[in-house]
Amino acid sequence: MSPRHEEILHTADMLRWELGEQFHDRTVEALYGDAAQIAKKAVIMPGKKTRLNFERTLDHLVTNRWTGFPLMFLLLAIVFWITIEGANVPSALLADVFLDSLYPMLKSFGENIGLPWWLNGLLFDGMYLAMAWVVSVMLPPMAIFFPLFTLAEDFGYLPRVAFNLDSMFRKSGAHGKQALTMAMGYGCNAAAIISTRIIDSPRERLIAILTNNFAICNGRWPTQILIATIFVGALAPAHLSGLVSSLAVVTVVLIGIFFTFLVSWGLSKTLLKGEASFFSLELPPYRPPRIWQTLYTSVIDRTLIVLWRAVVWALPAGAVIWLVSNIHIGGVSLAEHAVNAFDPFGILIGLNGVILLAYIIAIPANEIVIPTVLMLTVLVTKVAGVGSGAGVMFELDSELATAEVLRTGGWTLLTGVNLMLFSLLHNPCSTTLYTIYKETGSAKWTTLSAVIPLGIAFVVCFVVAVVFSAIGLT
Amino acid sequence: MKNIPEQCEVCPVNKQARLVRLGVDLSNYDFAIALAGNPNVGKSTVFNSLTGLRQHTGNWPGKTVVRAEGGYSYDNKRYKVVDLPGTYSLLSTSSDEEVARDFILFGKPDVTVIVVDATRVERNMNLVLQVLQITDRAVVCLNLIDEAERHGIKIDERQLMRELGVPVVPVIARTGEGVPTLLRNIADVATGAFVCRPRRGWTESGSLKKAVDTLAEKIGNEFPGLPNVRWVALRLLEGDQRIIDAIRSGELTSLAERAELQKKGDTQYVAAS
Repeated sequence: MSPRHEEILHTADMLRWELGEQFHDRTVEALYGDAAQIAKKAVIMPGKKTRLNFERTLDHLVTNRWTGFPLMFLLLAIVFWITIEGANVPSALLADVFLDSLYPMLKSFGENIGLPWWLNGLLFDGMYLAMAWVVSVMLPPMAIFFPLFTLAEDFGYLPRVAFNLDSMFRKSGAHGKQALTMAMGYGCNAAAIISTRIIDSPRERLIAILTNNFAICNGRWPTQILIATIFVGALAPAHLSGLVSSLAVVTVVLIGIFFTFLVSWGLSKTLLKGEASFFSLELPPYRPPRIWQTLYTSVIDRTLIVLWRAVVWALPAGAVIWLVSNIHIGGVSLAEHAVNAFDPFGILIGLNGVILLAYIIAIPANEIVIPTVLMLTVLVTKVAGVGSGAGVMFELDSELATAEVLRTGGWTLLTGVNLMLFSLLHNPCSTTLYTIYKETGSAKWTTLSAVIPLGIAFVVCFVVAVVFSAIGLT
Repeated sequence: MKNIPEQCEVCPVNKQARLVRLGVDLSNYDFAIALAGNPNVGKSTVFNSLTGLRQHTGNWPGKTVVRAEGGYSYDNKRYKVVDLPGTYSLLSTSSDEEVARDFILFGKPDVTVIVVDATRVERNMNLVLQVLQITDRAVVCLNLIDEAERHGIKIDERQLMRELGVPVVPVIARTGEGVPTLLRNIADVATGAFVCRPRRGWTESGSLKKAVDTLAEKIGNEFPGLPNVRWVALRLLEGDQRIIDAIRSGELTSLAERAELQKKGDTQYVAAS
């Protein structure tokens, strides 16, 4: 290193000493002064600030203490309602094509070219059906939900949500920007984990990572929506059931937000002690959303990418489901052995062995929980007339038929409610866990991010089960 | 009649025709372009309209956390575009500002495109002036002019160009309006056909002048060819550790040498054309 370089640095030190502490302020002053001068010469501002009035009124409404939150939940409820009501028809249509028409064709094709029964079963009853189920159940709600969400984002509503939630996040010792990463989590937790990079403080970033799971990702929406329709919506008269089901889903979302705050607060008092840091969030102007572009990008980028991931994971999971249902030990299939082993603990926490086994098989992707549950239920209870054999995933023609199978399997309102809660609270999927590991580089935090939610899920389900039996609802 | 389309393709008026979006194909690029700007001014939208990629855009600040890269080809030259995280300034050192600052300084982009929100010109100028201290190869992309118009704001972009000493191009990135002109200006600055004279006067205001002058002279003698002597002086006076390290490690020396070579190259290019 050259002495002349050292001399420059030395001169800088001396001058800095002479200038004193106000140097930074003076720099900023000079900069801002010059910027103002340029703007004065080149920009002609309007005499009247008419346009601001509309935005200001809107901002008053959506960020007001009294109207902000109700509006937020109303908007959320409307989005779910549109998703639930709108997804039924295309879902049935896709199921028609993939399951009722293509599936028998594939099976007989396999037989015709002389595939051994086990390969035919593994390929078409296991892998193909798992994939077809995922596509017909997931594609329609995603194709509706993502564009709606993106439109709200494009319009400029998301920062207002962050603004509303900021004070609550700060009170729980977390960063206000966590509201934004949480919102991303409603799309995909793995993507949201990456988006926590906008939080500078490592402590607050870890809190955001560890609690992101409480935002239901799109893989869990179908479970929530289906179970809410079957068990909660069915309690209401037919014309209200859609509304009641969406309110049930909104309630689950709220419970998730509650746990986000609770766990953030708990972490900031114990493992991740510290004060919340300040940040400034600019409320951007409202912009008219670009409808077609939004539709295009959210369908192509978000929906298809997420769907592709689900399909990729559904194939091996389908194979596993078929195998555990068709490999027998002592005359009983592996699946039945496992279900029987999990049953005592499952029933204790208001679930059952089938659900627990389904969650183990479906670790790679939350999307395939419901098909796995149905298949295992049929297998274990030996319901006559539905399903097509061991390890065959199927689509039931209507929600009523699905409900019938589940009720025969011993499901009650408690099982439904607890499945929704378990789906909300349990550990993140393997992709998210891998992302957490990559982002934190720590096995400890990755483990904690799986163990904390799972523990909470068990405790909450257990408490709900106790409450249900105390008031005699089971 | 047959040759009319060909005529159109070579006509300088039809500039869009010469744009080929390359997506993530970054092989053998001729020029590197950095996209800088305040948060939420539409950098990602500009990025998408240049590269044909669909980097997720959203109306909230801080959306771009990962540095995105893409490419396009224009007038038979290949360009690499780097979308930097949005920052309000380069003075403090939060991590996103450091990413942006380091890339503009050490990443040596051939052109830095500063995207400016036309509805908030004054505040955006703070960043523009700071970037112009670091690099003398910049283009200001005045985005969202439709929104500014809607709000009754009028911008005299020729005046702005005279004040800043770099090209100023009004665009509506969402619809692609003005993008052909932006491409032309980027190409002109990249090839040296347009030589910027960036406005740097604010470091000469009374109380700063003496100290910056003294230090800048020393730095200028030691690193001839360094295009941003006064800015380096300013950072040293602030005690910026990254710049101190760059001097000690010789990083700044190689930066200065490269700048000098580039300058020579440019004169040759201009002479040849």
